[in-house]
Amino acid sequence: MCRDPRLRSVRGMIRIDSLTKRYGDLAAVDDVSFTAFPGRVTGFLGPNGAGKSTTLRILTGLAAPTSGRATVLGRRYADLPNPGLDVGVLLDASAQHGGRTGRETLVLAQRTMGLPDAQVDAMLDLVGLTRTESQRRVRDYSLGMRQRLGIATALLGDPRVLILDEPANGLDPAGIRWMRDLLRAFADDGGTVLLSSHLLAEIELVADDIVVIGHGRVVASGATHELLAASGTLVRAHDGEALVSALASAGYRATPGADGGVVTDAGPADAGRVAFAAGLPLVELRSADGTALEEMFLDLTADDQRDPHPIGALA
Amino acid sequence: MTTLTTPPADVVGRSGPRAVPRNRIPRTRLVDVELRKLVDTRASRWLLAAVPLLTLVVAAGVTIWGSDAETAFAALATTNLMPLELLLPLVAVLTVAGEWSQRSALTTFALVPRRGRVVGAQAVALVLVTLAAAAAVVVLSAVGTVVAAQVRGIDAVWDLGTGLTLRSVLAYLAAVAVEFVAAVAIRSTAPAMVACLGFLFVVPMISTVAAGMWSWWAEHGAWFDLSWSLAFLTAPQITGTQWTQVGTSALLWLALPLALGLRRLLRVEIR
Repeated sequence: MCRDPRLRSVRGMIRIDSLTKRYGDLAAVDDVSFTAFPGRVTGFLGPNGAGKSTTLRILTGLAAPTSGRATVLGRRYADLPNPGLDVGVLLDASAQHGGRTGRETLVLAQRTMGLPDAQVDAMLDLVGLTRTESQRRVRDYSLGMRQRLGIATALLGDPRVLILDEPANGLDPAGIRWMRDLLRAFADDGGTVLLSSHLLAEIELVADDIVVIGHGRVVASGATHELLAASGTLVRAHDGEALVSALASAGYRATPGADGGVVTDAGPADAGRVAFAAGLPLVELRSADGTALEEMFLDLTADDQRDPHPIGALA
Repeated sequence: MTTLTTPPADVVGRSGPRAVPRNRIPRTRLVDVELRKLVDTRASRWLLAAVPLLTLVVAAGVTIWGSDAETAFAALATTNLMPLELLLPLVAVLTVAGEWSQRSALTTFALVPRRGRVVGAQAVALVLVTLAAAAAVVVLSAVGTVVAAQVRGIDAVWDLGTGLTLRSVLAYLAAVAVEFVAAVAIRSTAPAMVACLGFLFVVPMISTVAAGMWSWWAEHGAWFDLSWSLAFLTAPQITGTQWTQVGTSALLWLALPLALGLRRLLRVEIR
């Protein structure tokens, strides 16, 4: 990824370079490197506690790294003269002063950035908060409304870069769709979007690039379509164990999936032949789009899961 | 960067603020924002509104029921300035520590990553509000003196010395400063509030008891106890030694914790 020619365009870019953050013996972020490019939505995917939020806090100058470097637009975030005009940040929608009205929250940001008053109403319209709602105190907002208010704060300065931590939390399906369209339009307009999520399905739909993080380390990164591209065959038989051993003895790699299916590097035709020769009736046989990514993600999640069927984490 | 040629989407008005030059956010703007934060929540608005309201109530009460001596300007103004010592520190705690308890610090410091600038602006805003409140109280007290004199048919007595007034205001500033420092060092509303009340009521009590039991403290306590030395400021006369005691105790109660609290605040991870 480092030899990517797009790296030369520094404008509108987020760059994380060998970033490490230690809390005592625990490395919350362990030598993380990746780049988010202009015109693209970069999904930062990982289970809860993988180090996503810590990375984003370091990126936005709210935490100091133990070592390594994070830059936005070629500079350290703290060195941006008026960061709100370049980078829109929403790290936690619930972190807003409950005693202020939604509108007042925006006015404070607008004044800090030195923007015209009209920008506040423009943003309220953009995120779909009515005038009446904006006069209510944030304490009385639902999480979905707080997300919208947070997005409004982030977009207020008309930035070129957006950094969002779990922005879909608390949004209803229509809200999630709205958020996805908004981020798409932002990136299509040349903006850089970095958003984190612990939900693969959500990231898959909007991200052009995906960075997968687990236990503080990047375990996979690349273009979404490449990561999700056919990476083997999904075979399902009633006797999963027999199928695995049949495939293995035929010289293929075969891993049993969490839901009874078997992922193998054999092509669909070969996999079917092996099963037929072993006398195993198949229930399902298809090329495993995205299954490898899903399996990897489930493996990451499984370590911290209490649920014996970690597939639930993707729901 | 090929995608940059895509026509601008309507969602974010590209022609607007992007043209704003990238200058460092001026200090005046930060102070303006912090001043706004002092009055834009219901709690702090009520605390500040209480300053002129209490003054009017006291002035009216003294006019109706008080003795002639109590309607004199000095007496009226001194009485009216007293609530400031409680109200303004509470405003300081609510605003500065509230930023952390309510977690709006996350947005504040994302917009202004140089944290020291925000803390500095908060301090300036608090000084301005304290001075404005003190000025309002003095003016309202003057009005009260005139009205009381008219009602009672006596001559208004203008006996408030400039020196004492200024020293009183300095004492209130110091009280606000103690709570500002507590808020910076503790960064949580409830404990900072307890520290506020502790400084105002518990510390003087303990100090008095200690002075009663321990003659060394009775003689030298004012060098260390700020709540003690601040009382010199509001007395009619103050000596040079007492000024020095104000200074040494302020170092202990203000400068030292501020330095430690600030050091921590500038480094702490904001969650």
